[in-house]
Amino acid sequence: MSLPRLAQGKNRGVMPGNPACAGCPHNIGLRVMGRVLGTNSILVVPAGCTSIISGFYPRSSLTFPVLHVPFASAPAVASGVRASMDIKGEEGVVVVWSGDGGAADIGFATLSAAAVRNEDILVVVSDNEAYMNTGVQASGTTTWKALTTTSPVLGKSEEKKDIALIMMFHKAPYVATASVAFPLDFAEKLERALSVKGFRLIHLHSPCPPGWRFDAGKTAEVARLAIESGAWILWEYSQGTFKISPQSRPYADKTRRKPIAEYLKLQGRFSHLTQEDVAEIERKVDENWRLVLELERIYGPQKP
Amino acid sequence: MKKVLMGSHAVAEAVRRARVEVISAYPITPQTVIVEKLAEMVERGELKAKYVRVESEHSALAVVYGSSASGARVFTATSSHGLLYMYEMLWWVANSRLPVVMAVATRAIGPPWNIHTDHIDALTIRDAGWIIGFAESVQEAFDMTLQAYKVAEDRRVLLPVMVALDGFIISHTSEPVVMPEEKEVAEWLPPREPLPFRLEPGKPFAVGNLGPDSVTMELRWNSWRAAERAKSVIQEVSVEYEKRFSTGTPTGLVEKYKVDGAKYLAISTGAWSGDVKEAVDALREEGYEVGLARLRYMRPFPREELQELLSSVKAAVVLDRSVSIGHMGILGSEVKSIAGRTPVKDVIAGLGGVDVSYEDFASILKGAVEEHEAGLSSEWNVAEWHMPWVT
Repeated sequence: MSLPRLAQGKNRGVMPGNPACAGCPHNIGLRVMGRVLGTNSILVVPAGCTSIISGFYPRSSLTFPVLHVPFASAPAVASGVRASMDIKGEEGVVVVWSGDGGAADIGFATLSAAAVRNEDILVVVSDNEAYMNTGVQASGTTTWKALTTTSPVLGKSEEKKDIALIMMFHKAPYVATASVAFPLDFAEKLERALSVKGFRLIHLHSPCPPGWRFDAGKTAEVARLAIESGAWILWEYSQGTFKISPQSRPYADKTRRKPIAEYLKLQGRFSHLTQEDVAEIERKVDENWRLVLELERIYGPQKP
Repeated sequence: MKKVLMGSHAVAEAVRRARVEVISAYPITPQTVIVEKLAEMVERGELKAKYVRVESEHSALAVVYGSSASGARVFTATSSHGLLYMYEMLWWVANSRLPVVMAVATRAIGPPWNIHTDHIDALTIRDAGWIIGFAESVQEAFDMTLQAYKVAEDRRVLLPVMVALDGFIISHTSEPVVMPEEKEVAEWLPPREPLPFRLEPGKPFAVGNLGPDSVTMELRWNSWRAAERAKSVIQEVSVEYEKRFSTGTPTGLVEKYKVDGAKYLAISTGAWSGDVKEAVDALREEGYEVGLARLRYMRPFPREELQELLSSVKAAVVLDRSVSIGHMGILGSEVKSIAGRTPVKDVIAGLGGVDVSYEDFASILKGAVEEHEAGLSSEWNVAEWHMPWVT
């Protein structure tokens, strides 16, 4: 995949002038997705930011056929669409485009069951790490200590739930993480997901300017710093094989990572952190790397 | 074909004959037997459908919603807490105008845990935009399920249909059932017509996105009008069905039992109406001029037919297997809302499956007649609770 090739995609995914906030990461994700998926897909969208981004009747900003559905229902609705297409012998990709709340919290049981059934659907979780559409309330994927409107003074006291790893341990055929800072990596992962049959999930890291309190021009920069500081790790698990993606590979070596403080200080949601908090976050990042490297050791490509 | 079947299996047989394409369900007593039977039919290859085993009722309805929006004919079934767990999706399906058919084996809502029938669970979706039928017998559960597809998919209607059958009393009771052959059903019930907004890859189109407030209100108005039209469609479909298949089930929205010349009218719905009929027979023999209006459908509410019946009697008694805490019985308040000057006594009974015998009904009806003749019906503005064990 190259940028020119990606740009040639016929389907734009989402049209300009839609009601998304300035610097919205979902717009980046939807644009990449449209170009890779083309016109051969149906989108199922639970309640969330994209319910707004998709625009106002009688118009729609999304260039897919879209079914807007209740918060906790998207993977089940997608399973139903799939079942109908299968029984009628119709072709096409059924895609759930969900936020973190719809996938990891209220819709989690539904997501888990769809994975257990190995439904032939693709789920993209665009994770902005809080309930942004309702005004930045803490979710299961909100980072430890982040300020939200429901953790407004001390910050979130619980850990971020790792939805991608949880879904990988459903023995799903394809699970990957991605970042809006690396559209080509996301595009390639979408392409590879499309080549696999069964349940596929991509967990897309989507920094949100108003929710995380950073300048709307810095979405990609913040997302990139998450990778460079090691706070977000790109990896791919395909049919039993786990691989750290090349964009994250260098940061397995801690000395090559940017200081975590650089990533945190750009975000108003971390403005209250003490030095001890920063050290604790760094420790958590190290722990996460230890886990991911261990997973690669266990599930990595077979060496001859 | 005539066969002895229990209610749950009769519903499953109707679903098979409707050539349903996608089924999704979650187990709950006393509904489970319906979907177990369907799973067996699918696995044996007797029914060419997709059977999606989900983790909750919310997802069961979400799956069939997705399939129905994609053009498939679908079925699900539930009961009590399962129905409540579906609640959000129930409204989503109705407001999407999709012809989903669902059986509900009625069951009390806890606590305390109780698996026996009353009608409160089914009536919690009274306002959602579903057509709600109540079967009195196994035969009617079969007929109503099959007719539900014809009614729901009719272009004049396009509303989901719930077929309520009293838990255990119908779901687990065996009766002889007359069932038309699959070929005959296929001639009467063609495959579902594609909807104008069917989702297809390559055709950008949004279903359910944000819109102006006026659109929401207009859509509710459209649903309301569709439910009004459903009255004549139900009449038409049930008469046509009876003409073709002669199963002997009453047609239309209301079954009128011994209402000719009646001075007093009992009003009920569901399985226990059979016992009410026994009571009416006994009272008729004693010289009481009593008849029964059995509601086959609670939604659309048979306003006109009931008004006509009520206008020709001195008073009516609603035998209510439901209650709206803080007001009165649900059926009672509905009947009172259209009764005009005719006094209506609302008697709440049989909640949580409490058994009510035909003798109980006879004494309730007799008591009401006596109260009315003694000029006491003006006191009927508060519901009466029939609990003979409480003294």
